[in-house]
Amino acid sequence: MTVNMTKGQKISLSKSDGGSLTAVRMGLGWQAAPRRGLFGSRTREIDLDASAVLFADKQPVDVVFFRHLTSDDGSVRHTGDNLVGGVGQGGDDESIIVDLTRVPVHVDQIVFTVNSFTGQTFAEVQNAFCRLVDETNGQELARYTLTGGGAYTAQIMAKVQRGQGGWTMTAIGTPANGRTFQDLIPAILPAL
Amino acid sequence: MTAELVRGQNHPLPGNRLEIRVSAGTPVVAAVTLGDEAGRVVADGPWLAHPGEPHLVGVEVPRQAAAEHRLAVDLAAMPPAVHRVHVLLALPGAGARPGAPADFGAAPAPHLAVTTPDGTAIAGFTITGLSAETALLAVELYRRQSAWKVRAVGQGYQGGLPALFLDQGVPDATEAATAIHTAAHHEQSRSIPAPAPVPPRSPAPGGRPSPGAAGPRDGAPAPGSPGAAHGGAIAPASGAAAGRGGAESRGGAIPPAPSGAGSAGGTPPAGGGVDYRHPRRHSSPPPAGQGAVPPAQPPAGQATPAQAPQARGPVAGDAAGGSMEERLYNQVWGMFEDLARTVAAYRSAADFAESRFEQELDRLLADPRTRGGPAAEAAREEAQARQAALVDQARLVLDRDLAQLAAEAEVVDPALPPEFAGWENPAWHAYRVPDTLPLAVRLGSLSLPEAPELRIPLLSRLPLERGLWVDSAEHRRAAMDTAVAVAARLLASHPVGTFAVHALDPAGSGAAAFAPLYAGGALVLPPPAAGMAGVSGLLTRLTERVDLIQMARRGGVADDLPPGFDTAEQLLIVNEFPYGFDDRSVNQLRYLADEGPSAGVHLLLVADREDAAAYGPVLDPLWRSLLRLTPLPSDHLCDPWVGHAWTYEPPTVPPGSRVLTDVLGRLAAARPAFGP
Repeated sequence: MTVNMTKGQKISLSKSDGGSLTAVRMGLGWQAAPRRGLFGSRTREIDLDASAVLFADKQPVDVVFFRHLTSDDGSVRHTGDNLVGGVGQGGDDESIIVDLTRVPVHVDQIVFTVNSFTGQTFAEVQNAFCRLVDETNGQELARYTLTGGGAYTAQIMAKVQRGQGGWTMTAIGTPANGRTFQDLIPAILPAL
Repeated sequence: MTAELVRGQNHPLPGNRLEIRVSAGTPVVAAVTLGDEAGRVVADGPWLAHPGEPHLVGVEVPRQAAAEHRLAVDLAAMPPAVHRVHVLLALPGAGARPGAPADFGAAPAPHLAVTTPDGTAIAGFTITGLSAETALLAVELYRRQSAWKVRAVGQGYQGGLPALFLDQGVPDATEAATAIHTAAHHEQSRSIPAPAPVPPRSPAPGGRPSPGAAGPRDGAPAPGSPGAAHGGAIAPASGAAAGRGGAESRGGAIPPAPSGAGSAGGTPPAGGGVDYRHPRRHSSPPPAGQGAVPPAQPPAGQATPAQAPQARGPVAGDAAGGSMEERLYNQVWGMFEDLARTVAAYRSAADFAESRFEQELDRLLADPRTRGGPAAEAAREEAQARQAALVDQARLVLDRDLAQLAAEAEVVDPALPPEFAGWENPAWHAYRVPDTLPLAVRLGSLSLPEAPELRIPLLSRLPLERGLWVDSAEHRRAAMDTAVAVAARLLASHPVGTFAVHALDPAGSGAAAFAPLYAGGALVLPPPAAGMAGVSGLLTRLTERVDLIQMARRGGVADDLPPGFDTAEQLLIVNEFPYGFDDRSVNQLRYLADEGPSAGVHLLLVADREDAAAYGPVLDPLWRSLLRLTPLPSDHLCDPWVGHAWTYEPPTVPPGSRVLTDVLGRLAAARPAFGP
């Protein structure tokens, strides 16, 4: 059962049958918004990038993004850069797969962010969403729609956090500005 | 559910009473040996059941060679000294019958099924990939923490039963093997008149897997009540007596005679001229009940009752790939990557714990209020405890991963083909000269200090893409031995006639180390007396060869080389570089290092970099282009994922082992068939 998350909402990632998740995928999908032009409806290419920042005790220790596709320990993998979006018309255009059982023990939070690398604001992006999928069976656990992106070029989407009983996911949804995740670190820190 | 095992895989056994069904498609002899923890036959007491002596305590084997067999085993009856029960198969011998296959390569792949007495299949194993072997260690039942498991071994022996017995530590191996073959032959002659399709022998009461019973592989789902009967199979007294006799007299024979073949489809097992081969083979559903053990069986208590079936463990060949070889290759690299990553996770957590502790300490010291006093002490201890807790947690995760990898290595190792296996691996006993170039060759093994017992094979693709350099700085003789072991591996990994080895040893100091290669005729060595002229002559020939092949390629006529041109890959071993080299030869060597691999000319340098110090930095690119191997373990190799320094161990031949000589001997024997 998919949960539509709202800002700040927390979702436990333990499964309904009591087992806990072993692998999750953060999927990002978008389409460029059509604009009226001289030759009718056309779209401009928009490159959104998904990144995952690994934190230990609120210090960033590793990051997975389009220039570093696998974390140093191999537990977090980015499936590759997508420069235009919209391939699947609603499917994931970029994915980051997290093997929760292999995340090093000192990493206690993983923050997922989205940046517009080409610099367009989210106002020009259509149908953008971020979703969390149980990678073992493809079931969607949570979906967060990027609505009201407004005049921002980045958004801190969500974080998964190690807790007593396993991992939980928290929707953050804080807008920010920046073309890559480095620009976002100051904006991420308050969310930890 | 039946588990279909692959080589090396093990599987828990649900009970102590088992039946092992063999279907070989051609008459084979089945026998059982009892081994200790090390796999050597037990010294005190009977250890062999074979057609001439079919009973042992807890074991019964068929009296004849047959295409299908049933063996009854009662593990609860095993004496405490017995830790392994080996099931052996052997061909009765080429002369036994007209048309009988001379080796397992000519016979259909044997299949074994382990079943409960009531016929429930537990595990199946098809032994594939056999060729010149005439005897097999098919499966073994072994004690593991007081429970029994079955392992699919499938280890073939080209030398037949004598070689197999030698491996199991039988003192008079040849005699034992002869006894088995004699018994099998004897039984066979008696059994020949058997009427055609043997009626399904019901495995029921008394059901011992009698010879010839193999018959109806499916026909016999006997009505036998599970466990009810017991019979001759495991009869204690007689079995024991017979077994002992066998042991004393001649180490035990094993060969069941062929009979029963007929059942497989109705071919009458008649006298001469009958084709006993039955290509149709099923993984026969287990036959039903085998005899129960007489109650008084001695060490009944010691084998614990069945273990609950456990979760499926790791499996050899569990990776992507079109062939088993490719899957194993990928699996080994997968294990390499997993080990690299899990250790990286552990190290990064430990580093983080350390740096966090130091930061906290700095913070305490920076503040005058917390710098001293009991509060500071407590805070310090707390920080320390936090560090230790995190490291412990990381260690726990690491240990979990290492245990998993160790379990995987345990099943992968026995499944490795010789080219991927260490010299100590019994796979080399079944070595035969390959028909095609294998995917890769093992150049040694790699390990990390966190898990020194986990040795990952260092597999290098063939043909080699870069030259090799054995560093002789620490130990010259050991370096030469390593180079010879590597060269022998490369030779053994190439089909006959496709790999030629040259050596430059201008001082003659490597003569002793080269001896094994030289004796087999594998090595082309200019006499040391030739000195500089010899060096320059050989290098010039190889340089011209590379040049010619490159010209042919550029011209698009690579298939149009001069008639008689030897297309074999060439390996050049250079001992004590740069002794005997003049400037021109050094340049030629550098050319070969750069251009050689793509043209089939490979370098194996045995050198101490210091010796070449006079050349200054101009040789640095040469050293960098070679893969450095060391004769002693050394941590100088990096992995491509996280860059750990891995401890490399060379492929040393175990002391006293004759495997190198044997393998080179087989190569030498295979060579004449392909011309000079």
